[in-house]
Amino acid sequence: MEMKVAQAGTLESGDILVRITPSQESGLEINLDSTVAYQFGAQIKKVIADTLGELGVTGVRVDATDKGALDCTVRARVTAAAVRATGCDVWKD
Amino acid sequence: MSTLKERGALVAEAARKMDKPVYDGDIFNKTPEARRELQKQSPKLATLEEAIRKSGLKDGMTISFHHHFRGGDKVVNMVVAKLAEMGFKNLHLAASSLSDVHAPLIEHIENGVITKISTSGLRGELARRISTGLMEEPVVFRSHGGRGSAIANGDLHIDVAFLGASSSDPLGNACGYSRSPNAKSICGSLGYALPDAQYADKVVIITDDLVAYPNTPNSISERDVDFVVEVDSVGDSSKISSGAIRDTKNPRDILLAQQAAKVIINSGYFKDGFSIQTGSGGASLAAVKYLRDSMIEKGIKASYALGGITAHMVRLHEEGLIDRLIDVQSFDKVAAESLMRDQAHKEVSACEYAAADEPGSAVHYLDIVILSALEADVNFNVNVLVGSDGIIRGAIGGHPDTAADSALSIIVCPLLRGRIPCIVDEVTTLITPGKTVDVIVTEYGIAVNPLRPEIAETLRAAGLNVVDINWLKDKAKSIIGDAAPLPFGDKVVGVVMNRDGSVMDVIKNIEDPEL
Amino acid sequence: MMFVPGNNPGMMADAHIYGPDSIMLDLEDSVTMTEKDTARLLVYNALKSVDYGDTEMVVRINPLNTPYGKKDIEAVVKAGVHVIRMPKTETAEEVIEVEREIEKVERELGCVGRTKIMAAIESALGVVNAYAIATASPRMMGIALGAEDYCANLKTQRTPGGDELRLARETIVVAARAAGIDALDTVYSNLDDMETFRKEVEFIHTLGFDGKSIINPRQIEVVNEVFAPTQKAIEKARTIIAAIREAERKGSGVIAVNGKMVDRPVVIRAQRTIDLAIASGIIKKEEENV
Repeated sequence: MEMKVAQAGTLESGDILVRITPSQESGLEINLDSTVAYQFGAQIKKVIADTLGELGVTGVRVDATDKGALDCTVRARVTAAAVRATGCDVWKD
Repeated sequence: MSTLKERGALVAEAARKMDKPVYDGDIFNKTPEARRELQKQSPKLATLEEAIRKSGLKDGMTISFHHHFRGGDKVVNMVVAKLAEMGFKNLHLAASSLSDVHAPLIEHIENGVITKISTSGLRGELARRISTGLMEEPVVFRSHGGRGSAIANGDLHIDVAFLGASSSDPLGNACGYSRSPNAKSICGSLGYALPDAQYADKVVIITDDLVAYPNTPNSISERDVDFVVEVDSVGDSSKISSGAIRDTKNPRDILLAQQAAKVIINSGYFKDGFSIQTGSGGASLAAVKYLRDSMIEKGIKASYALGGITAHMVRLHEEGLIDRLIDVQSFDKVAAESLMRDQAHKEVSACEYAAADEPGSAVHYLDIVILSALEADVNFNVNVLVGSDGIIRGAIGGHPDTAADSALSIIVCPLLRGRIPCIVDEVTTLITPGKTVDVIVTEYGIAVNPLRPEIAETLRAAGLNVVDINWLKDKAKSIIGDAAPLPFGDKVVGVVMNRDGSVMDVIKNIEDPEL
Repeated sequence: MMFVPGNNPGMMADAHIYGPDSIMLDLEDSVTMTEKDTARLLVYNALKSVDYGDTEMVVRINPLNTPYGKKDIEAVVKAGVHVIRMPKTETAEEVIEVEREIEKVERELGCVGRTKIMAAIESALGVVNAYAIATASPRMMGIALGAEDYCANLKTQRTPGGDELRLARETIVVAARAAGIDALDTVYSNLDDMETFRKEVEFIHTLGFDGKSIINPRQIEVVNEVFAPTQKAIEKARTIIAAIREAERKGSGVIAVNGKMVDRPVVIRAQRTIDLAIASGIIKKEEENV
């Protein structure tokens, strides 16, 4: 899959800014900076990994700056960034 | 015929019997200077360094400060820097509260100048560092009323109090406002400084507006003052308080305010002659606006408003809706100026405000209080000191004092702040015991303490959305998911005192989030 | 109906706590061209995850003649939205086209007929075709006025009195009533002028509108107050409803209250009064046998 660097989201409260960078490694690397890191850091990382897994996206580094986003927002932002990175939409054309 | 000379022997005899010397007229010399000039030579006037030296301060002693200059305070940093420069070590800093602006204390703690702190609150970088274990000795946290009691009964003995004042005369008659054209740093009430002034062994007034004697009516009396130090500035006035009424436009705050006002109006305590205290948060202030409408509509007047006085309260007072204002801390310039001008706007000390053991303290006669919270739990316990991330980020204030003594305590807090839940299984730190908390207002519903079934009933009858506190907690969880446990260590970094002088809870250190 | 921008996750997460009857998540005007994709995903995920309780959930999609419209429909139908709001609707054909797209997705999901349609009328042509639009599909549940675009199209501008909207408003109410669906008025955007807002709400209430579109929770209270029936009207409605129940129980076809015959319109109005009182929070649903 041909991929490019892409991001989605904002730094507003309740949102998360997700940036996807293709990497040489095969797996998934997640760097998370979160205002609720203690309480929800692991959960946010899990949502990021699960969402990318469902989309079949691997070999990327994810840099995420979280401002207390709910899981549904994390999912939306990761999906949007992945769609932009891969060029494959989740909706029909 | 009897003359002075003739009575001389008898005077000497009387003096001998009384063990007193005989008057020597040569000692006294009339001072001819104009008194306006003379007062400039007041023996109390000193530089900061002289005052410290003359006060007899020694290593290991307790120094105290007030926090009426809030985020604009310059006094704490100025004095502690001077103490460090003079080589003092091992001091106990007892402030009524500390905030973001006091981050320079970190260096003085690291260097052993300050080794112990007592306060009502901590914020910012200093709070973060203390939360992660900066100090060997735990910080002792007290409520405002609790601090007043501790100072009065000797639990908290103050050796030297350094009290910033917006104006003072050379004898030490000091105020939190100034009637002079040189007024620089206005804070209004000096309520939290009054116990220090009254009970500290030595009192140093630090002012940036040295005015002519007599600076009356005064807040701190010259009788309590040992030294007066003039400095360039005691506070950054732009950060001490805002100038005008700010009405929140945050829809969530407005919603919470409307609900809180409805709780009050339907509580049974909203009657002519009631008394009330509100906080300075957006929702609390907005609630006053809705109460005002209802007071006018129903012809109800309050006997007094207490606490941190705001411009909103001043307006209601000036409109005749509140008879008296009792002010331990003025939250804005409007309140500070009202305190200066208005006889019915009375300044009180922390003891008169909220001490449990002071029979006349105003909280004993308080009907309604609206308070905020960082967290509340299913047992109605409230935490206003430690964030849900384990880092200290608040102040106890008068929270437990007013909750305990009022007839009806109302906590207003959102169910969620971002992804942080505010209604939880158990508060991170116990500050205000659940027994003293009556109603919790959230945007998802109103929970009433089972100890007050009659209030739940009247609110329900009024059509308010009364829900079970456990339902609120579950609702929060369903939205944000389960929070992971916090990585607390084993060191005690803070001790929370109850207002009665007993130890209520401790705060454990948390792993440094920046590491 | 409260408008919430579809690209603001913070606002989308708790818009329902202010108690609007319906929430319209917007993918159209409040979302820039470059964020259409991300807003669509946010709205999709919010609809799937957030518990909006009893609130009717509406999404304003982009027109089908843009690259976004079709994807918007797919996403929000899959997310289970109650109502799709079509912007700038001018003809019945446009409604039919949207219905066709909705049905395609619904067939895939096995839930044909689930999604309702509301059309916003925002042009002179739309006003002229109001009844045709209102009756274009059995899915149609309401028509709404979009005043900004309408005024631009009419070559006029909005005034505080709203004279320029008179014909459009009356036409929309009449068309909605004739079609048996709801009529919704346009937004009022000056949040600081609650006085004029209240006057406008009172006016459109008199015209017969079923509701008002709002852009901020602060406007909800005024709308509820204006639309709330009086206590007297509620009591009267309760008496009538009770009489109907009584008549039904007895199997009697004739309904009388205080000796007077009650016509069908009176019954309908009474039921409407009770519904409104519940919607305005004056009375509780559990207390009524509705």
